Amino acid sequence: MNINLTLIGQLISFLFFIWFCKKFVWTALIGAMEERQSKIADGLDAADRASRDLELAQEKALERLKEAKQEAAAVIEQANKRANQIVDEAKDLARAEGDRLKVAAQAEIEQEINRAKEELRGKVATLALAGAEKVLQANIDESVNRKLVDNLAAQL
Amino acid sequence: MAGDTQQTGSEYIQHHLTNLTFGHTDHGWGFAHNAQEAAEMGFMAVNVDSLGWSIGLGLVFALLFRFAAKRATTGVPTGFQNFVEMMVEFVDGTVKDSFHGRNPWIAPMALTIFVWVFLMNLMDLIPVDVIPYLMSFAGVHFQKIVPSTDPNITLGMALAVFGMIIYYSIKVKGIGGFIGELALQPFGAKNPVVQAIFVPINLILEIVGLLAKPFSLGLRLFGNMYAGEMIFILIAMMYGGGLILGAFGGALQLGWAIFHILIITLQAFIFMVLTVVYLSMAHEDH
Repeated sequence: MNINLTLIGQLISFLFFIWFCKKFVWTALIGAMEERQSKIADGLDAADRASRDLELAQEKALERLKEAKQEAAAVIEQANKRANQIVDEAKDLARAEGDRLKVAAQAEIEQEINRAKEELRGKVATLALAGAEKVLQANIDESVNRKLVDNLAAQL
Repeated sequence: MAGDTQQTGSEYIQHHLTNLTFGHTDHGWGFAHNAQEAAEMGFMAVNVDSLGWSIGLGLVFALLFRFAAKRATTGVPTGFQNFVEMMVEFVDGTVKDSFHGRNPWIAPMALTIFVWVFLMNLMDLIPVDVIPYLMSFAGVHFQKIVPSTDPNITLGMALAVFGMIIYYSIKVKGIGGFIGELALQPFGAKNPVVQAIFVPINLILEIVGLLAKPFSLGLRLFGNMYAGEMIFILIAMMYGGGLILGAFGGALQLGWAIFHILIITLQAFIFMVLTVVYLSMAHEDH
């Protein structure tokens, strides 16, 4: 309980420890803490900004998607139209070609028929003449009778 | 009880309250063998135990916090780092609340006071007989392990604070301003004659007030810790009184120690806050 040099010793060591704390502890710690504080604040800011950007990007993407869908729908519609058109054209073409072929075939058939008729007529005339010759047993004036027979054949 | 069983109660208490004092005796330089010899050494003596534990604990504080400060990065703090930064944050907040001037020394000083005084007070929780008993094997007769129960320690710190109060008062206000603050307050008058009468009254009041600051600061801490230590010693005496009294003493010691955790923290905090407030007052220019 006596007051003695311990007092001075404690006083000096107190001042020393304050100096030590200021010089080697406080400055470094406070500096690091403040720096970290600003870093965290920056980080939070950046996160905010990033989430806003993300939202914006999502909106944009959605818009683009919608646009693309519309475009695709338009393209498909156009393609369908074009396809229908092509099919129609092809049908028309085919029908025309068919008609043409049919007409040609009919013409040929008619021609064939006519030719056959002509041939048949000739042959009938000849046959009729030969028959008549045989029937009459005589030489008929062929030129006179020929005309008669031809007329007959034309009437067949 | 420590050592021999022949001790009486008052001898036991006396023994526990005597510092290990190194100084000049009739037989030359050496340690005092009893309280009376220590008292006779006068001012030119050192309480080796108080100062030793005090500086040792100061080094514990300094090195632990230096260790943390070295590793301080802007990354994620963990474990001990967190604890140290929490303390720094707490002290910084307290200083910002009560100190309005601008002085880079105040906050580190407050941290030093808080942690160091807390560590010194913490020694109070070590059972009173353990370390003196262990020391007695090394031939050391006296050992007071709680530095803050030694008025030299608390008044030494208070004196340093007093020095800082004077230094900053003069630095901020100038010598004239400082003396004016002592002489022209709290009573003032427009009339020079009346003012001249007031000056000595003011001086007496203000100087007493000024001197009361370090004394109350040092003695408050000393008184609280001394009383706490005394109660621990009295409780420890009960261990010599048989099984029932000993068990009762054990319960009392536990209770008092738990309560004391509050006191040691509070006293360290009060010492810090008052120092900061006194220095804040020293920085204020009227």
